[in-house]
Amino acid sequence: MSSQDNSRLNDLVTLSAAEMAEKIQHNEVSSRELVESELKVIESAEPSIQAFLHVSKDEALKQADAFDKKHAAGETEGLPELAGVPIAIKDMIVTKGIETTAASKILQGWVPPYDATVITKIKAAGMPILGKTNLDEFAQGSSTEHSAYTTTHNPWDTERVPGGSGGGSASAVASFEAPLALGTDTGGSIRQPGALTGTVGVKPTYGGVSRFGAIAMASSLDQIGPVSRTVLDSALLHELIGGYDEHDSTSIPKSLPSIVKAAREGQKMDLKGMKVGLIKEISGEGFQPGVQARFDEALKALENMGAEVVEVSCPHLSYALGAYYIIMPSEVSSNLARYDGMRYGLRVMPPEGTDQTAANMMAATREAGFGDEVKRRIILGTYALSAGYYDAWYGSAQKVRTLIIRDYENAFKQCDVLVSPTSPSTAFKFGEKMNDPLTMYLEDVATIPANLAGVPAMSIPAGLSDDGLPVGFQFFAPQMRDDLMYKPAAALEAALDQSRGGPMLQSMKTPWLESLAK
Amino acid sequence: MADTLMKFADAVKKYDPVFGLEVHVELSTNTKLFCPAHIEFGGEPNSQLTPVSLGLPGSLPVVNKTAIDYAIKLGLALHCDIAEWSQFARKNYFYPDMPRDYQISQYDKPLNGNGYLDVELDDGEMFRVPIERAHVEDDAGKNTHVGGADGRIEGADHSLCDYNRAGVPLIEIVTKPVEGAGARAAEIAGAYVRTIRDIVRALNISHARMEQGNMRADVNISLRKTPQDPLGTRSETKNVNSFKGIEKTLVYEIRRQAAILDKGGEILQETRHWDEASQTTAGGRVKSDANDYRYFPDPDLVMVHVTKSHIDELAAHMPEMPRERRARLKAEWKFSDLEMRDAVNAGALDLIEETVKAGSDAAGARKWWMGELSRIANEQGVSLEELSITPQDVADVQNLVTAGKLNDKLAKQTVAGVLAGEGTPAEVVAKHNYQVVSDDGALESAVTEALDKNPDIADKLRSGNMKPMGAIIGAVMRATHGQADAKAVSKIVMQKIHQG
Repeated sequence: MSSQDNSRLNDLVTLSAAEMAEKIQHNEVSSRELVESELKVIESAEPSIQAFLHVSKDEALKQADAFDKKHAAGETEGLPELAGVPIAIKDMIVTKGIETTAASKILQGWVPPYDATVITKIKAAGMPILGKTNLDEFAQGSSTEHSAYTTTHNPWDTERVPGGSGGGSASAVASFEAPLALGTDTGGSIRQPGALTGTVGVKPTYGGVSRFGAIAMASSLDQIGPVSRTVLDSALLHELIGGYDEHDSTSIPKSLPSIVKAAREGQKMDLKGMKVGLIKEISGEGFQPGVQARFDEALKALENMGAEVVEVSCPHLSYALGAYYIIMPSEVSSNLARYDGMRYGLRVMPPEGTDQTAANMMAATREAGFGDEVKRRIILGTYALSAGYYDAWYGSAQKVRTLIIRDYENAFKQCDVLVSPTSPSTAFKFGEKMNDPLTMYLEDVATIPANLAGVPAMSIPAGLSDDGLPVGFQFFAPQMRDDLMYKPAAALEAALDQSRGGPMLQSMKTPWLESLAK
Repeated sequence: MADTLMKFADAVKKYDPVFGLEVHVELSTNTKLFCPAHIEFGGEPNSQLTPVSLGLPGSLPVVNKTAIDYAIKLGLALHCDIAEWSQFARKNYFYPDMPRDYQISQYDKPLNGNGYLDVELDDGEMFRVPIERAHVEDDAGKNTHVGGADGRIEGADHSLCDYNRAGVPLIEIVTKPVEGAGARAAEIAGAYVRTIRDIVRALNISHARMEQGNMRADVNISLRKTPQDPLGTRSETKNVNSFKGIEKTLVYEIRRQAAILDKGGEILQETRHWDEASQTTAGGRVKSDANDYRYFPDPDLVMVHVTKSHIDELAAHMPEMPRERRARLKAEWKFSDLEMRDAVNAGALDLIEETVKAGSDAAGARKWWMGELSRIANEQGVSLEELSITPQDVADVQNLVTAGKLNDKLAKQTVAGVLAGEGTPAEVVAKHNYQVVSDDGALESAVTEALDKNPDIADKLRSGNMKPMGAIIGAVMRATHGQADAKAVSKIVMQKIHQG
């Protein structure tokens, strides 16, 4: 390959997904060339990043060729704007014919016989799937250190975690291995890694994107959402995967206002008439000074574009973490019961000399197949749901949840969107919080309330902290009004890009891209 | 060790039995409760599956609206309050044939609550069974244990799991404790379950075949000294799958518990099994610790919302319930209480009704199905429905009798011909040239001949002793190859003796 080709490759993979799509439309690039380019970046970057558990090279090329053929024949009219653009998928989402493990040993080798609804939509849009990205086992963790297979590294500093559980998807997008990815967000698993890697991550309204085919962690909190490098890219992907799905009982049977339109509107950087609510309870104390500083500057930028910033109080948000760590493990304990060695995945027979019963086989399978964090949560949840404790734990937690929902409802009477920092700190070093689950749980203190309330939320890069690491800025919107947060998010992104002279990720050192350019 | 038993009559004299039934009815929807997998009895193992019914990672349940409508109809028939908002909960427990390792059932917010069912007993007495709830849940799959004795799990080498049944919709109808049944507990329980079967069949929401497992019952029973005492410790006999079995379980448990209590013993709270072969119940798992199912609302399913107008619409299209139907038919057909009960118990009601619809008079239809055809069915060891004769055939035969074209004997021969596959009644009659000879000339000569051959009988008749009339008619029948009209014959005989 000539160096000219390589510089074209670098130019291509650093484009936003929307820009890639535009080049496809104008026949300046084929889907195949995009996939080949990303596969080269993956090959170069993976030894140091390890964002992928599985790269589906052949399938991706096949899908790209199929799209290119259709495109050449003029049959791609009416397809979503992102048609032909490659994407990476968190390994928590089932993909027919491609191994899906949820980063757990217990599902090693499991090849699903069906596609998640979001995957069906992505395939219908002619978007090649590059592979499955790493995560904390069953999406349980905030650092991607709990994966049973490998540890994903933060592209900004490979000695640091990329956040979790969607560290794989976030790092894949941040490192230019993929322009887009899908994640799942149960307590912040899209947004917190977004903040730690300098990417955009969105948790849509609960029920706004079908969960059918998302391996359940905690059903009432889980949500599939986009990971991207720009707000518009997330909007495009969000609109593509969203909508009612008859296979998901909790799916919202209404069409929601266009978020792509809202994102494009935001790019005009005019926020006159918009009221932004600063949530008193999730900022300030407990947040790293550099994180707080970038947050305050971003607020100023919003004001400069005409937004009015007001302080609002959501008094019950201080109980969100506690409620979350009751409700989430309760649902986990039930959802993960099916991994019993009976029908699929790992089966470990009981040791010699032990009764070869179903119960003993199940115990041996779970002992070998589940990691410590998963076991910890299953035990917590089993306890919280058990007779005599249900009312005190699960029942109380649900009451707190109701209070949090009311807090948000009241707050949204006073403003259009709410804001907070996404994560209390920037990316931490491997092992730093690994043996201290409670400290690790605090990572999600700012993201969890949105999952409990079912409201949409997103994190966008707000610049670099004093330690040179990315900081996330979080928006919340009322239920089913995801569009409302896309407008100020796109505006803030434009303002910040303007002030620093370009997208933040361009300031990141990318030796794996440089080596390709040589 | 076999349990000792007290005589039933003594047991119910000494103790007051209180029972409760949990009847599971499998709904006959086309697809499963939470996914579009088809339901078909006897399909190839594991051929009726979707990712949902197999509980695959990522799969989600969505409620089958038809199953909810079926359940509402049953709720209406059982005089239940239909909840505007009901909820599915997870019942967490492990069993190899439970695909998700939790059952989706209804717990504290069931669809149907607080109803009753009036049950008619054999002697016509009515008994009201109070109903606690009737909720919707999904069934588990089926395990087949291989290598052990008589297919039991104990000693089995391995087990095969068939998930075809997993996810099939069930309604569980739970009674309140049924008090005041006394010596009639078993009879009431049997009649209650039969009535439920009739209702779900009338509603067309279940095939209700006990032998196929469409219906099964858990039988709870406890004894106490007097009706004023608190409820005693109960035993729960699981999955009894025949009407007789339910009745026998109650009788057996009353006798067993009475014997234990009589000796000052204590009843264990345990699950038991009805063993058809030995006609006894056997102890299973002792419930020393209550099972902790860790129920909680299923977060994958939104609450079920049933509007008042939807209930009204379903109520407006409810078919006639079995008891009302019986009352109406009894009046229309002018049957006695006994005739009606016999017809119901023989399962002949539908057949009689269809025969009447096909043009027969009710008394004739009843006589055929409850008489000759019941006898033949009994002889062949089949049910009335299984006989190869249709209600239309029976109506046709009966109409030939009414019209005087067949006598009883020829009619029975015609029926036999139909059953033997010789064709319709008309075809059988034509083939054998069955006809009543009522031609006076032919009959008169036959009667004369019979009286001449039997002078002593003729004398008796003349002297007013009518007993030997049958012998003369029989002789005439033989002479006419069974085709004589018996009434005409006896009329001619009377004329002859009075002339003579």
